[in-house]
Amino acid sequence: MLLQRLSEANGVSGREEAVRAILLEEIRGRVDSCRVDRMGNLIALKKGSGGSALRVLVAAHMDEVGLVITGAEDSGVLRFATVGGIDERVLPARMVWIGERRVPGVIGMKPVHLLDKGERDRVPEARQLYIDVGASGKAEAEKLAGKGETVVFATEYRTLGSPAGTGAGGDAAAGAAAASGPGAAAGGARIVQGKAFDDRAGCALLAALLTERFPFDLVAAFTVQEEVGLRGAQVAAWAEKPDAAVVLECTGANEVPSRRDLSPSTRLGAGVSITIRDASFIADPRLVQLFASTAREKNIPHQYKQPNIGGTDAGAIHRVREGVPSITLAVPARYIHSPAALMDLSDFEAAAVLVREGLERLPRAFPG
Amino acid sequence: MKDLIRSLTECFGPSGHEAAVRELIRREIPRGWEARVDALGSLLVHRAPGGTGGAGGRHGGTGGTGAAAGRRIMLAAHMDEIGVVVTHVDQKGFVRFGSVGGVMQLPLLGGRVQFAGPEPNGSGGPTGVIGLEKVDDASRVPAMDKFYIDMGASSPGDCPVNVGDVACFHRSFEDLGNRLVAKAMDDRIGCAVLLQVMKELDASPNDLWLVFTVQEEVGLRGAGPSGFGIEPEIALSVDVTLTGDTPECAPMAVSLGAGPAVKIKDGGMLAHAGVKDWLFSTAQSASIPCQREVLVRGTTDATAIQVSRAGVPAGCLSIPSRYTHSPSEMVDYGDVQGAVKLLVRALSEPVELHG
Repeated sequence: MLLQRLSEANGVSGREEAVRAILLEEIRGRVDSCRVDRMGNLIALKKGSGGSALRVLVAAHMDEVGLVITGAEDSGVLRFATVGGIDERVLPARMVWIGERRVPGVIGMKPVHLLDKGERDRVPEARQLYIDVGASGKAEAEKLAGKGETVVFATEYRTLGSPAGTGAGGDAAAGAAAASGPGAAAGGARIVQGKAFDDRAGCALLAALLTERFPFDLVAAFTVQEEVGLRGAQVAAWAEKPDAAVVLECTGANEVPSRRDLSPSTRLGAGVSITIRDASFIADPRLVQLFASTAREKNIPHQYKQPNIGGTDAGAIHRVREGVPSITLAVPARYIHSPAALMDLSDFEAAAVLVREGLERLPRAFPG
Repeated sequence: MKDLIRSLTECFGPSGHEAAVRELIRREIPRGWEARVDALGSLLVHRAPGGTGGAGGRHGGTGGTGAAAGRRIMLAAHMDEIGVVVTHVDQKGFVRFGSVGGVMQLPLLGGRVQFAGPEPNGSGGPTGVIGLEKVDDASRVPAMDKFYIDMGASSPGDCPVNVGDVACFHRSFEDLGNRLVAKAMDDRIGCAVLLQVMKELDASPNDLWLVFTVQEEVGLRGAGPSGFGIEPEIALSVDVTLTGDTPECAPMAVSLGAGPAVKIKDGGMLAHAGVKDWLFSTAQSASIPCQREVLVRGTTDATAIQVSRAGVPAGCLSIPSRYTHSPSEMVDYGDVQGAVKLLVRALSEPVELHG
């Protein structure tokens, strides 16, 4: 299954080759041409069937947040730095895979017995942690993992049960609430767990979208280095000069229980997320109107991402050259940028339907 | 010009929602200038050299023969104002919000905000009051997430606003004689100056683009793309700057009433030496008092235009303003008129930039 293969591939920012190879294989029979640019973006063209002179860019980023090896110590442990936004609290004791060879290791730190009170109260910084690959010394460690090799969380993709628990032993009230929630299917929600749903979910959506042909030319950009500064997208948009852009993402759903009545940024099971504005850009109102009205008319479950949070490739794309009207559609996932995210496949499917139906209607939003 | 300033400041136009401001400006454009809207919503107003009407495309005639050739000059003032965006409506109908642009906590307290309304200028929409949770430490400024808006609702069902809706400060324009007070002087005063320049400017050898940009307050996002499209040879922003003339304020050499300020440096840009000198020498030969400005924090659209494409000699003519980014920004009417006069004079003549 494509989403699974993409999720398990190692594609930390700057080393997206493995992800690109999977995608190239998947899409090459569906598109009229494709190329890899100087930064490593995979850019494919699906020519329009006619009827619209528009050129529409649809983007998803191939890279994930992770770690990079900075060197080995005499003791045989490996030092590392973070690549992209990683909360250091998720690091201690994580299992990881290093490099193309997927060398297994674990992120270690001083055992709790040896921590003094100050250390116990503080979150360790990345430079205080290390990766242990079981090497007895520096030479052996360097054979297993060289400086510059990238590291991902060792998370296998799997399907989970309903988030409220299953069967008679579960909390009945929570179960009822989950079952009656907006996205819950008759048999319970279809939750999947894996790493890098941000943004392999977007990549999977974009690859599937390319089986369709639209009235306008569609340029699909699987971008690099989004997590370290939206860098690939800027270059791709510059080269491809689109008239409009749709970014397909995976966005955080922070539904943690809270005493305060504050909304989560998005919710699992409430449908595809539409961005009105985030920290990196303000979505073009015509595109928001287009996708919102399409969702309403076609009964596609949808929600609005809480404004002002986060950034996506649209932040770079919209200000390239003379500007590009842009929007971001996303699949919500809990615990993004951490070892194991949770996504509801019904939201994923809602995103697939909305992007396809919305793009069909897009020429109406940008007439002439 | 005061009526124009009043109308502009009373428009609804937080970043991303500049349409009402744009329409008002469009109606004020005098004959001989042509307008179009770019991809992100900025309004580009053009007049070819001569001053006989702006036909022609982007490159409407630069150069020419002789040393006194006209230049393609871009001026930019931003249409957007700061505001707030609804992030959540709670179970009791109270509204949580985030900032649109550089909103500070202190000016919010007890203030009112207004959401988009049915009037042509965007006013007449629902209004609310800014409230604050209890504070444990009265000596510290509370974080933004401790504030909320009270729309007079008691549940999400009767709350007139939704997540994503934006509001601006709700405060009326006041004419104090020499001094004018309103919300959104930043940068409707710049927009007013550009419109007045259009009205007063006779023939000019220069190819002129007067641009009313979008989304300056959220990161100069409209200016760079507008500048890219125009490819000016010289660019000037017209925006507010702070002053150093109120009680116990941070030191700054700019005061209300001492004329428009020629920007030397701000938080994002070093003004081009030739552009600065052009403005200073114009002020001198036209006997217009002006000030020299260094702004420590804050910047303008010129910063984005300066680094567009292969770079543009850029500067800024500033309107001094007190209480910036509050609902009551104050400018001096004489400074505003001085800015118009200086720009009309500068644009009327050929420009030779040094350095």
